[in-house]
Amino acid sequence: MATLDSKIPEGPIAEKWTNYKAHQKLVNPANKRKLDVIIVGTGLAGASAAASLGEMGFRVKSFCIQDSPRRAHSIAAQGGINAAKNYQNDGDSVYRLFYDTVKGGDYRSREANVYRLAEVSANIIDQCVAQGVPFAREYGGLLANRSFGGVQVSRTFYAKGQTGQQLLLGAYSAMMRQVHAGTVELHTRTEMQDVVIIDGRARGIIVRNLITGALERYSAHAVVLATGGYGNTYFLSTNAMGCNCSAAIAAYRKGAYFANPAYVQIHPTCIPVHGNNQSKLTLMSESLRNDGRIWVPKKLEDAKKLQRGEIKGRDIPEEDRDYYLERRYPAFGNLVPRDVASRAAKERCDAGYGVNNTGLAVFLDFSEAINRLGRDVVEQRYGNLFDMYEEITDENPYENPMMIYPAIHYTMGGLWVDYELQTTIKGLFAIGECNFSDHGANRLGASALMQGLADGYFVLPYTIQNYLSDQIGVSRESIATDKPEFDAAEKEVKAKIDHILGIGGKRSVDSIHKELGHVMWEYVGMARSKEGLLKALEDIKRLRKEFETNVFVPHVEGVNVELDKALRLNDFITMGGLIAIDALNREESCGGHFRVEHQTEEGEAKRDDKNCFYVSCWEYQGEDKDPVKYIEPLKYEAIEVKTRNYKV
Amino acid sequence: MAKNISFTLKYWKQNGPKDKGHFDTREMKDIPDDTSFLEMLDILNEQLIEEGKEPFVFDHDCREGICGMCSLYINGTPHGKTERGATTCQLYMRRFHDGETITVEPWRSAAFPVIKDCMVDRSAFDKIQAAGGYISVRTGAPQDANAILIPKEAADEAMDCATCIGCGACVAACKNGSAMLFVSSKVSQFALLPQGKVEAKKRVKAMVAKMDELGFGNCTNTRACEAVCPKNETIANIARLNREFIKAKLSD
Repeated sequence: MATLDSKIPEGPIAEKWTNYKAHQKLVNPANKRKLDVIIVGTGLAGASAAASLGEMGFRVKSFCIQDSPRRAHSIAAQGGINAAKNYQNDGDSVYRLFYDTVKGGDYRSREANVYRLAEVSANIIDQCVAQGVPFAREYGGLLANRSFGGVQVSRTFYAKGQTGQQLLLGAYSAMMRQVHAGTVELHTRTEMQDVVIIDGRARGIIVRNLITGALERYSAHAVVLATGGYGNTYFLSTNAMGCNCSAAIAAYRKGAYFANPAYVQIHPTCIPVHGNNQSKLTLMSESLRNDGRIWVPKKLEDAKKLQRGEIKGRDIPEEDRDYYLERRYPAFGNLVPRDVASRAAKERCDAGYGVNNTGLAVFLDFSEAINRLGRDVVEQRYGNLFDMYEEITDENPYENPMMIYPAIHYTMGGLWVDYELQTTIKGLFAIGECNFSDHGANRLGASALMQGLADGYFVLPYTIQNYLSDQIGVSRESIATDKPEFDAAEKEVKAKIDHILGIGGKRSVDSIHKELGHVMWEYVGMARSKEGLLKALEDIKRLRKEFETNVFVPHVEGVNVELDKALRLNDFITMGGLIAIDALNREESCGGHFRVEHQTEEGEAKRDDKNCFYVSCWEYQGEDKDPVKYIEPLKYEAIEVKTRNYKV
Repeated sequence: MAKNISFTLKYWKQNGPKDKGHFDTREMKDIPDDTSFLEMLDILNEQLIEEGKEPFVFDHDCREGICGMCSLYINGTPHGKTERGATTCQLYMRRFHDGETITVEPWRSAAFPVIKDCMVDRSAFDKIQAAGGYISVRTGAPQDANAILIPKEAADEAMDCATCIGCGACVAACKNGSAMLFVSSKVSQFALLPQGKVEAKKRVKAMVAKMDELGFGNCTNTRACEAVCPKNETIANIARLNREFIKAKLSD
């Protein structure tokens, strides 16, 4: 097996990034104007990168599928953003944030990247406050903090339950300032279909205008993908309806390696599935676990009564409640990391203790917090989340415990990138959730926002210069959109669209997507086995065929939402296969990847550091062939690799 | 427990901004009332596709009330009627009755042309934002985040103003097609924070000028906007915008 070079700078971990910045190559201001950068996606990573590169003087072309960059799904992040500020004087430090993130990721992330992330985390908060992001404050006027899962300090900054919204609007404002200044050119309702490669370097993209349906070409000296994760492969997830993995898969098909696709995060606190028509799952912020206690009944007969709707949660006396997280993990209790909390919920429900009519739900109870703090305080902290819960479920969570169940939320895997955030295709960068490097096998709460903004504001603007400094001799004409490589890429996209329009089958895109989601959740979800994964791969092949022969997409000029969805599903099917192959190949349990064959007697994940201490990277070989695996061996210098323990 | 309801659905079809447009009607049978309004429209579209027809087009994305993409006028009210503020995607069928007629229309405003059916063009909001809806700070190394103390009350109030999701319900509800609630929420957020005060005068003039240029109407204090705002923005913001605007003009 070939291995990959991650280009980690020399030196002690705390000095790597400083050394890198001191020695990297720069582009002078006059040359920046001559260099174009395409950024696809306008979430936290994409918007912050566009704003930063624009104000540095590069010419940025920004693309998003929504009607405005402000609607990217980063907006929905609720809980907060981590930063090693130690404002609470509770012993936090850059090292501790680094350590918690590596441990939380079950020792499968790249040490140097995570250290850099922890290092720049504090700058993010400074930057956002300067932009006018209204973080929560204490009465003395200082910034407030709260706790998230997997840590023992309070380092999470927040803006009510809408932190993602406020951070995104901050980045969006900064980006719109550059639109006004003329350095950022905005393309909304536009979806990337392919990346164009000239002489081995990414030089442009083919996009589909979602209003006119026309294919368009754009060229640049470098292309940055900030297109998010692939959670919607599972159909039901906390992602927005439009979230998709098509840009990443297009890059993968063109030769970019895909890393750790099996690492999918299942969030423990979502509103349970209620019926077949459901289109998405709604997250209840992890911050609720600061004050909410998770439980199921101790007695099976109580669970049965709950399932039949004969009693409610509040009817069960204290002594008959099993606070199973506090019981199993006394040191972290309800604030264990997401993967641990999700599996524990599944374990109880599989044993028959589920608390709703489907048997797939546990309680998140605030009665103790309401008694301790008063209803007013609970309302102030979580009021908007409680309202949202009531609107969806028609149940008042102040009076009766909330019901929650795990759901697909985030994907740690993504395009493989080196320390400079460059993929295996020269000139093609991936930032934010779209890449793989920082969260290992499990992401801690409030770290996605941190990573998105770190990449966009503080990492890419440096590393991309190191690449672009060599490109100042490349004229705009030499990579213009009339080059044959653009013709070929556009022709291929057009052929794919014509093919899909021509299938003329009987099934809607959604009906096939739902079936794919069901297969993924059942066999490639929270508990995976060799047998199940092999079945999933068979099913995915069958669904590929079903899509190719029986999907129906109407012929419509202009806006054609069914075609939008069909093109995305085409890529979700490829992605589903890739997740299953990686899950089958990784013979261990770590973080979000749990193989039933690899567990301890107590049902905890059992890693295999001897054989699996690496990043798996997959190279595309064609739709009918299995991808080829490469590895990036992990090398830890600053942290001792040990079994994750949240019990003591 | 969920129960099923049946009703008549009238939904707006319009093929582009120049088309006259018309209502299509369909009897929707046995829809579980724990379905969301948009999931009900998903069911409609599944039926249309099964019949080989074009689906009904509407904007939606996050489906949890925060992205601001969904934008339907339901039974004469932007986002439909709920007790507390909610977006279209947070509306559930339990709010409707068996046998009723439900009418779905797009946002109607000169500044928001229809693209197709109930999908409208709200890019005017981005243009107003670009005109001045920001604090001019570079990415880099600003001072420590706690260097300027901000009273909790001011931070909380700024947060309430910043909660606006830019959906445009305020414009759709206003008989003048005014964007004052949207613009004033942004102006207020920054005016309330010390970081935003430096550019306050320039900002308010630039955003108001852009708003007028793009064809939004004036505010006549009918308060229709705050009645439908899914994020409970209030016309106190508009009063603040007016004060900020007068202050800026007087110092010219």
